Amino acid sequence: MMNRSLKQFGEMLQTKKISSVELTQTFLARIAQHNPSINAYIALDEAKSLAQAKAADALIAAGKASPLTGIPIAQKDIFCAKDWPTTCGSKMLANFVAPYDAHVITQFDGVGAVNLGKTNMDEFAMGSSNETSYFGGVKNPWDVERVPGGSSGGSAAAVAARLCAAATGTDTGGSIRQPASLCGFTGLKPTYGVVSRYGMIAFASSLDQAGPMAKSAEDCALMMNVMAGFDERDSTSLNREKEDYTRDLAKPLQGLRVGLPKEFFAEGLDASVGKVIDEAIAAYKKLGAEIVEISLPNTGLSIPVYYVLAPAEASSNLSRYDGVRYGHRTAEYTDLMDMYCKSRAEGFGAEVKRRILIGTYVLSAGYYDAYYLKAQQIRRLIAQDFVEAFKHCDVIMGPAAPSTAFKAGEKVDDPVAMYLQDIYTISTNLAGLPGMSVPAGFSNGLPVGLQIIGNYFDEARMLNVAHQYQQVTDWHLKMPQGIE
Amino acid sequence: MEWEVVIGLETHTQLKTNTKIFSGASTAFGAEPNTQACEVSIALPGVLPVLNREAVNCAIKFGLAVNAEIAPRSVFARKNYFYPDLPKGYQISQYELPVVGKGAVTIQVPAVGKNPAYEKVVNITRAHLEEDAGKSVHGAVEGMSGIDLNRAGTPLLEIVTEPDMRSAAEAVAYAKKLHELVQWIGICDGNMQEGSFRCDVNVSVRKKGSDKLGTRREIKNLNSFKFMQQAIEYETRWQIETLEDGGTIQQATVLFNPDTGETRSMRSKEEANDYRYFPDPDLLPLEVTEADKARVKAQMPELPEAMKARFEADFGLTSYDAATLTASRELADYFVQTVSAGAEAKPAANWVMGAVSAKLNAEEKSLADSPVNPNQLASLLKRIADNTISNNAAKQVFEALWNGEKDVDAIIAEKGLKQESDSGAIEAIIDEVLKANPAMVEEFKAGKEKAFNALVGQAMKASKGKANPAQVNEILKKKLS
Repeated sequence: MMNRSLKQFGEMLQTKKISSVELTQTFLARIAQHNPSINAYIALDEAKSLAQAKAADALIAAGKASPLTGIPIAQKDIFCAKDWPTTCGSKMLANFVAPYDAHVITQFDGVGAVNLGKTNMDEFAMGSSNETSYFGGVKNPWDVERVPGGSSGGSAAAVAARLCAAATGTDTGGSIRQPASLCGFTGLKPTYGVVSRYGMIAFASSLDQAGPMAKSAEDCALMMNVMAGFDERDSTSLNREKEDYTRDLAKPLQGLRVGLPKEFFAEGLDASVGKVIDEAIAAYKKLGAEIVEISLPNTGLSIPVYYVLAPAEASSNLSRYDGVRYGHRTAEYTDLMDMYCKSRAEGFGAEVKRRILIGTYVLSAGYYDAYYLKAQQIRRLIAQDFVEAFKHCDVIMGPAAPSTAFKAGEKVDDPVAMYLQDIYTISTNLAGLPGMSVPAGFSNGLPVGLQIIGNYFDEARMLNVAHQYQQVTDWHLKMPQGIE
Repeated sequence: MEWEVVIGLETHTQLKTNTKIFSGASTAFGAEPNTQACEVSIALPGVLPVLNREAVNCAIKFGLAVNAEIAPRSVFARKNYFYPDLPKGYQISQYELPVVGKGAVTIQVPAVGKNPAYEKVVNITRAHLEEDAGKSVHGAVEGMSGIDLNRAGTPLLEIVTEPDMRSAAEAVAYAKKLHELVQWIGICDGNMQEGSFRCDVNVSVRKKGSDKLGTRREIKNLNSFKFMQQAIEYETRWQIETLEDGGTIQQATVLFNPDTGETRSMRSKEEANDYRYFPDPDLLPLEVTEADKARVKAQMPELPEAMKARFEADFGLTSYDAATLTASRELADYFVQTVSAGAEAKPAANWVMGAVSAKLNAEEKSLADSPVNPNQLASLLKRIADNTISNNAAKQVFEALWNGEKDVDAIIAEKGLKQESDSGAIEAIIDEVLKANPAMVEEFKAGKEKAFNALVGQAMKASKGKANPAQVNEILKKKLS
């Protein structure tokens, strides 16, 4: 039952084999059972979820259902949802209840999907293990001693443990794809500008992009049909015609040119992960794909560039959390400066502070040119690498993360080792390109994700490429033990 | 030792748009605190700015009005600092690439003492779009400070000049000119009390003849021309005295205290913020096309300079008169309407600049509140032109109009001001006068010109002021020759 696709859930709902209320109750019961050990959710509100489910059932009864009507979706706690706590994984917003809906939330509400709850995440989406959350780390359902990846770790664990039908995530440097890889499901980060950022709490505005986290490519396509689309409230939202992301799922892959960047298979890649990726590539060959070796020469610079630009933007984006209008304010203070300092010192965790400090530093007078400006220049070179690469291939493939899920606590004292988790994903954010992670097998019982990077706006094709693979493999249907 | 003061201005003009620069919240002044603060104004988590194109149009208008370069592509940047009235912790402004580049305005510096009035060109360095902050409210709640975010996000155009001004008078003349110009082109309501037009003045002094700029101090937030004059004069004196006493000037931001008439340092350069400007990733670069400019240009009113030239060419006004009449849109409109209603241009100019302006000044009224409208003034001037009344009588009619009477001809009839233009009747009066004043006649004949004027006066008096003075002159001359 829990392994059903969104399409199957939809059919069950529309043929009245199950009601949305029943389906929602089923998931809520699973959450009650498993969440205490996994900690995937920060906020649940049974009454609200069931009220939405009831409304969805009415829509279905009235014959007004669309594919996601009545389906319980977990929302990353980075999206403001009216009257829901919206914490962004931070003490700073622990008591913040959003008075308005993010665009993504509005879109799901619009089709009658059920908001099942708000999922845990690294604080302000800063982290690759979900260990920076104020609400405690999330456990990887495949091995509760291990991390689910981050920052969308709660959504990742919820999808992997079948504690939702599908979830939303956001990806600034790999926050959808790396957890998808570590938890063994399908996640897509769309082209920058395809999903509106309105109401999505900003980490690094020029890199942040929301996307679906679900079991299969087909599920992701259905989610994209709801999430994507122009929104005039986001100036970086792209005004393009609405598209059907399922339209190309069935296309055969004969003649597909798959680029393998040599830099993605060099030092730093866990050998057993590399082996899984090689097998996936072999499967694509069987599906008719043609393999092309390509180069993304500036890959090595993507982490340093990212760790200048993302903190720079974050240092400014997080200035609004000052204790003046909402969010955490220190209990006692002597004057304004004291109030600012204490509120922010108490409200932010260590990783957030580290990035605010880095960001403040690189934007400071005298350092701006050497860091921020230089990083922007290299960012353009990185994007140029991809433009060049896509002259020779249709999609790029490689690992989504350099290793499988690591143990909780293993990298918390070594930020650089943690940052290297995103070595294969960050460059696509810098270039604004779409990328996804698709379950491709296991190493020592832990999932490994194959990354597929497409050209701008090529999401439908990437979903097709992933879907065809999922027609001949069943990695995406594997579930952690003790879950069903 | 001869000193020279060097002055540059930065003026924040609040743009007259219905909604804020990056959100749909209203910009109306004076609402209850925080009733015009939407989720963007409050800077809730997750909100994003969307540029109000009306504000851009205002900037383009200004650029066109000062013959400035208008950037085809400019960039919004974040100016980062913490302050309770700055909800995002940064202000969205423009830094490296402003929307308006170099331009110029011509100012009229009025005569002071024996120094005559003169014209001067003040160069505009740039003008950029930015958002205003909110306001701190003290005392609304006992022992607490409140924040009103109604103003947060109101569009501003910050207009920066080159350090081209050399006296407080020039600075004030520039500020007045700019104040009129932004109202003329309809981008700012000019209300200085409500903070719609605020000036920061950079002042430095140097020895005359030096081409090096001295260290400047910036006088912040001057919201009246009177205070600007006082503040610059005080600051200039203070800097000269400091230097003459062997001191040095430290770069600083100062505030003017209208009660003491002094400026006082608010913060030094060392305490200045590092604003960590960087391009705002939430906003795309602002593009202004030739078509955008053309569209805005088509909506622009005739500019003061063009109107001044037209007044000189079409009406034969002097450059000074034309400049005076085009000093404000209201005044120019009033003049044009008076002429359109049938008055001759020159007398109309004289009356608008003379009687009308004097009355308004005396009663501290604006033209909009003038009890005499252009049609009434034109009727009055027509009666002078067709010799119905004399200039003197006209003053009485004007006074009556000012006091609320409506109809010029009715006033003339009622007060019996119609002048005597029948030459027979005037001749009769003059004959009487000559007969009654043989001594004066003798004096005139003996070469005393003054006696002629005295005889005119007698004739006018005898006619109870109604005789046409020109005719009196003419006939009297004839009789005495």
